[in-house]
Amino acid sequence: MKQTARIISIHAADTSGVCSMLYELGGMVVVHDASGCNSTYSTHDEPRWYRRDSMIYISALTEADAILGNDEKLISDIVSAANDLAPRFIAVCGAPVPLLAGTDFDAIATEIEARSGIPTFGLHTSGMNSYLVGASEALEAVVGRFCANPVPRTAEPSANILGATPLDFSILGAVDSIREWLEAAGFRVVSCMAMDSTLDDIGRAGSAHVNLVVSSCGLATAELLRARFGTPWVAGVPVGEKFPAVLAESLREAAKTGERALPCADRAFSGSDTVPAIAGEAIFSGSLAKAVELDAGRPCRVLCPLEADDRLLAPCDLRIADEDAAAYAFARAACVIADPMYAPVCPADTPFLRLPHEAFSGRCYRKETPNLINRPLPWRL
Amino acid sequence: MLKRLNGEDDMTGAEVAIRDAEFPVPFASGLEYNAPARGPWNIVHTGMLMPESHQVFACAQGCLRGVILTAAEMVAMDRMSWISVDRNDLFDGSLERNIVEGTADILRKLPRKPRAVLLFLSCVHLFAGCDFDAILAELRAMFPDVVFVDCYMNPTMRKSGLTPDQLMRRQLYAPLAPCPSEPKTANLIGNDRPTDESSELVRLVREAGWKLRDVTACGTFDEYLAMAKSVLEITYLPTAAAAGDALERRLGRKHLYLPLSYDFDEIARNLAKLAGALGIESPDGTGAKQHAVRALEHAREVAGEFSIEIDYTATPRPVGLALLLAEHGFRVTRVYTDAMIEEERPAFERLRTLAPDLLLTATVHAKMRFAGKGVHEHDPVLAIGQKAAYFSGTRHFVNIVAGGGMYGFDGVARLAALIEDAATHEKDTETVIQHKGLGCRSCL
Repeated sequence: MKQTARIISIHAADTSGVCSMLYELGGMVVVHDASGCNSTYSTHDEPRWYRRDSMIYISALTEADAILGNDEKLISDIVSAANDLAPRFIAVCGAPVPLLAGTDFDAIATEIEARSGIPTFGLHTSGMNSYLVGASEALEAVVGRFCANPVPRTAEPSANILGATPLDFSILGAVDSIREWLEAAGFRVVSCMAMDSTLDDIGRAGSAHVNLVVSSCGLATAELLRARFGTPWVAGVPVGEKFPAVLAESLREAAKTGERALPCADRAFSGSDTVPAIAGEAIFSGSLAKAVELDAGRPCRVLCPLEADDRLLAPCDLRIADEDAAAYAFARAACVIADPMYAPVCPADTPFLRLPHEAFSGRCYRKETPNLINRPLPWRL
Repeated sequence: MLKRLNGEDDMTGAEVAIRDAEFPVPFASGLEYNAPARGPWNIVHTGMLMPESHQVFACAQGCLRGVILTAAEMVAMDRMSWISVDRNDLFDGSLERNIVEGTADILRKLPRKPRAVLLFLSCVHLFAGCDFDAILAELRAMFPDVVFVDCYMNPTMRKSGLTPDQLMRRQLYAPLAPCPSEPKTANLIGNDRPTDESSELVRLVREAGWKLRDVTACGTFDEYLAMAKSVLEITYLPTAAAAGDALERRLGRKHLYLPLSYDFDEIARNLAKLAGALGIESPDGTGAKQHAVRALEHAREVAGEFSIEIDYTATPRPVGLALLLAEHGFRVTRVYTDAMIEEERPAFERLRTLAPDLLLTATVHAKMRFAGKGVHEHDPVLAIGQKAAYFSGTRHFVNIVAGGGMYGFDGVARLAALIEDAATHEKDTETVIQHKGLGCRSCL
């Protein structure tokens, strides 16, 4: 049934996406909410929380302030904290109650910037979309603001990585592996948005020859950089043994021609339901499907439970909007590769291969998350 | 951490000496930080105490995420379902219909009907004027053999009445209905964990020949329902008092609030009140008190090298505990609390005289993101509570939440023993405090 689940989890929300994307950039992120968003984010959606400081806060919104429209408290609290902590920028976004109250985050951001002198932007989260929506808007806002000036291309081939957050890649080395693979493929990494890169690194993103989009939350920024600097982008994650070479070639080709490429969605069409099904974020799952196709010779279908641009899906892929749709698709698949929290709706006679996704199961299965980057897949399909 | 020009941390606004502190709220409100100490229970943990129940949360995605993963981490997803709210639902008049149909769909799919459903609505439902009564009426008509309990995840309203925690502890007992009473039976209400059998509270009840019921000991829904027969409702946590009051009104039973205390006179008064309600003579607490004092003295000998830091998650009366320890020779240097309950006022006033330099430190202030976490080589810290352990960076800490089930003179003695243990044994702070719901099963 629509918007209903008996037993499966739910993906991290847009507010967590904002915080995750901006976590390492030296800014201050304020979620206009009572209390739950920050606790949920810092417990389940942010593996860096304990060991790495970042200025992620909630506004501690109260009923009275929401009803009376006391935006002044929000503004003055942010300005006061910013004066103490000196962030590089400020991002302010909202949870469901501010949505209902019609809070104008753009106006609030303008006021905060005027008072603090710190670049500030309002983001339009509601706590009702997935992390991809929030992370996408946050990255686009940062790049739009801090990556504005024309810069010459680097002398050597180079690339940015767009859309990397622990929600999709955890903190177990996958993003490092992508960096290493890019370097080995002949691309210097200008910036990784947004893990282990600084705001200054991102400010130089326009010098890259090509952008590698590793999650759909990086797509809007890729288009922005393309419009601003003419940088082409390629969507894919170098998983498995053979797909990394395909992806590397796509990057070289894109850098040469300036054309976009979506090798993650360039897959053999299967008219049959009974193929392996991979549930998850579109670019990662599409890349994995392509890797299975190349490495094991089996075409796969992506089951996408998240927001995704149509271009990221192959013709055989399906959107699964809810638990019933997932169960229906699983029942027809030859096998299922998905987060363990989907397992209860997978029929017992359908092989289920566990692939933890932090944005779905949080920290529950982090320890068993495999690094699939540029190496043989761990399953026999 | 932010540094003053003299190189010291600038904690202005986030920390104040108790002699200069205002009561009950020493710090201005502002942006809030969330420290990674996850031991305190949330409404999901508390709701799971009702045997044979199933939880259904109707909330926005962001709100659902936290409660679902709470259940997942405690390996209880088979007792948790959800209905998400999207933007259109708020404006197209479908809120109630979606919840009724969603809950019905969930119940039809469950392999076994639960005896009770805890149905949670959130802030946006209440802001949008959602008719919870109509939802419950329809669901009760559709499933007459299931008890539906209205529950709330509404932190936006936390300063407008009962907090979500207080509400949850109250609603946990909502299915208890008026029925014939059973003499010499009492309920211990509103606790997350059993109270120590060795405590004077439990011993007095048992020695008086009374039966003591506690939801933490109920294995079945019928055992739980039998709590309605008890003639006395006992609470001792401030967050449980509203539950006791509600039961007193609804069931016509006597509610006895015997607040968890570290003041020996108050402990004695509480036990005398309990004895009166049980119809027995007041106990002579002299021996128990002496035992507590000896335990404190022994703990001080063992842990004397440490400064003591206490936080509000360990006990609802961190200031009272600080006073007790200071009066018995411990070097208490800091209490982490963002606000104090009225019950703490006498201890607060006394500490201002006895230990005027003791620091009160906020836990949610924006500066606390960067505070502490250092290694105290020159001034080792022993923390009581997970947040104190986190902020101080110590591995020597007493790992309890909400009083830890310790009560009375016995509770003081047991706490002293835990202080000794913390002084002599280190814990893996980072691992221990990040587990949600201290005492609950965890998949981590």
